[in-house]
Amino acid sequence: MRRRPVARPGEPPDPFDDTIPVEIAADATASVLLASGEHHQVDDNPWRPVNRPTAADRTFRAICTGAAMISLVIVAATLIFLLKEGWSAIWSSGPADFFFGSTWNPSAGRFGVGGLLLGTIIIASLAIVVAVPLGVGMALFINEYAPARLRSLLTSVVDLLAALPSLIFGLWGFFVLQGQLQGVAVWMESHLSAIPLFRFKGAEPSLGNSSFIAGMVVGIMILPIITSISRDVMAQVPREQCEGALALGGTRWGMIRAVILPFGRVGITGATLLGFGRALGETIAVAVIISLVFDVNWHVLETGGGSVASLIATRFGEAGPEELDGLIAAGFALFVLTLGVNLAARRIVARAGRLA
Amino acid sequence: MSTALRRRVDTADRAVSRPEPDPVDRPSRPSAVTTGDLLHVVIAAGSSLAVVLALRLVLDWNGVLGSAVWWYVGFLAVLFVLVRDSETPDAATDRLVTLVIWSIGAIVVGVLSWMVIYVVIKGLGGLRPTFFTEDLSDVGPLDTERGGASHAIVGTLEQVGLATASAVPIAILTAVYLHEIKGRMAPVIRFIVDAMTGLPSIVAGLLIYTLWVRTHDFSGVAAAAGLAVLMLPTVTRASEEILRTIPDSLREGSLALGAPQWRVVKQVVLPTARAGLVTAAILGVARGIGETAVAILTALGSDSMNVNPFTGPQGNLPLFVYKLYRVPDKTQIARAWTGALILLILVLVLFLAARYVSGRGDKKRKGVA
Repeated sequence: MRRRPVARPGEPPDPFDDTIPVEIAADATASVLLASGEHHQVDDNPWRPVNRPTAADRTFRAICTGAAMISLVIVAATLIFLLKEGWSAIWSSGPADFFFGSTWNPSAGRFGVGGLLLGTIIIASLAIVVAVPLGVGMALFINEYAPARLRSLLTSVVDLLAALPSLIFGLWGFFVLQGQLQGVAVWMESHLSAIPLFRFKGAEPSLGNSSFIAGMVVGIMILPIITSISRDVMAQVPREQCEGALALGGTRWGMIRAVILPFGRVGITGATLLGFGRALGETIAVAVIISLVFDVNWHVLETGGGSVASLIATRFGEAGPEELDGLIAAGFALFVLTLGVNLAARRIVARAGRLA
Repeated sequence: MSTALRRRVDTADRAVSRPEPDPVDRPSRPSAVTTGDLLHVVIAAGSSLAVVLALRLVLDWNGVLGSAVWWYVGFLAVLFVLVRDSETPDAATDRLVTLVIWSIGAIVVGVLSWMVIYVVIKGLGGLRPTFFTEDLSDVGPLDTERGGASHAIVGTLEQVGLATASAVPIAILTAVYLHEIKGRMAPVIRFIVDAMTGLPSIVAGLLIYTLWVRTHDFSGVAAAAGLAVLMLPTVTRASEEILRTIPDSLREGSLALGAPQWRVVKQVVLPTARAGLVTAAILGVARGIGETAVAILTALGSDSMNVNPFTGPQGNLPLFVYKLYRVPDKTQIARAWTGALILLILVLVLFLAARYVSGRGDKKRKGVA
């Protein structure tokens, strides 16, 4: 390969200047290498362009890196500032009482979100009980059962369900689902009361605004994420294995049970945990539906329940400065909880992706 | 139901037990629906219906939902027994699961349609021109004709606009960092962005509240900042997925021609990904537009028009709905539903726009290849 001589031997062109054609830059690099004595046989070697970032490239990289760091900064700032501002509330009621107690008395400086944290977990668990069978079933339906023509329409339905504002879910749950589910609640009490959760406290319970209804609505809200992640994982099953199972005379369900579900197990677990994390943080739908109580209400079918997020949304309007500290501290507790669940879930989903 | 059966895959056992009459001339179709299959379905549905109707008379049932559920359970049970006895237990299980999975699909589609139709029906009542031109500042409790959500619509447009203008560029640059530069921090950033997609919206609101609102004032721009925090991870992830689909040969070709990396990204990668990036941005906007929790803590809401997003409380559409739905007054609840309808329409339009743009992008890319 013919090489041009360096333009001016006295002062080699700047190899980082991107206005110079790459060939000359490479020459300059070569001459620099030659001058430093690192490379004695330059002339005998084939021409090798050196991929050195130009000055503009370095600026570009710095800008992108800066932008990427913003996400880090946001998460760090959330942790730091919520803890800083909420610290006085945690301190004044004592960390043990704050995280495990359930008194909420701002004027006395006593805040306890223990009951609400448990309430949050109860609602999220109810949501999972609804969303996992429906979500995984929907994923199987789209991947394996639905006719090809319907597939893109069904994907749109799931995506749209994910895009709808949570306020609309909340209103629908409050005005529509609530009335429909009262009969279900009565039935569950009379037939499933062997499970302590499904018992009534008194003889004439009020059934609106309960954790049960909130859980159902949140379950519908987290269905899309469970469906889309389990779909992605289950679609990665090598098709030959599925066809092999069918060719051996297995039924479609046999194929799903023997090939697809074992393959997708890790992914479905991750999707479930991810949905759980979403359900923990769901704010407005729960705030619209539930009537807030601070104690743990184990009678999930009856009126009254709580979640940390709905506490913040409903109490914020009328809160004084002390109570605001309490709400910020509650937000900190919620953030730590959801962050932990989300990180764990993402790890599992990533592992499922690698296994595939 | 018959479609359900047509998609079914049959067992080898069944093929053996009922061989085709002329296997040489007619190809065997193990997944075809036979008259026997249809008969099973009809018998199961009919007998279950009969039992439920009888029980309704004897036990004095009156709920429709309950009867429907019991009919469904009875239908599945009878069908299972029928297929098990005429074919094999495996075939029966398969039939059962097929029906259940189809039902799940129907339930999900049904719930979505139920929700959309309900909002449309409830919201149409209050939809009149004044809804877009007036605010609620001098509307008394008995004013059924006047009053609207103009202040909320303006607020939503400004807040979401500002949030998009700040979040989308940052998100795309982050995606470029993650997939083009592949810097040392990339795995960490990706992990954090993933975790942020699950950030509760109320926490984003609290963050802006503690950082800014507490020491300054409620404002539209504070709400925009909160929305941006929520949109950022959504758009970043979607953009990175798009960059992933761009073939490496394009990048390598440009690099081989001597282009520095920033030119490759600016003139080759991003233009190729344009349709996908627009889709990602639209999905981000859809995420932000219906967000209530952030607005409660940052914009606070107001009943009168505030055009300036930089000072003072500002209304916004979700907040408008959230404040009015629990007022014990028919007119206000009707306004809330109309607000919800506008919100729904906005989300639907954005959703369809995203579909359209990404579909066109796919077509264009296929055309090039």
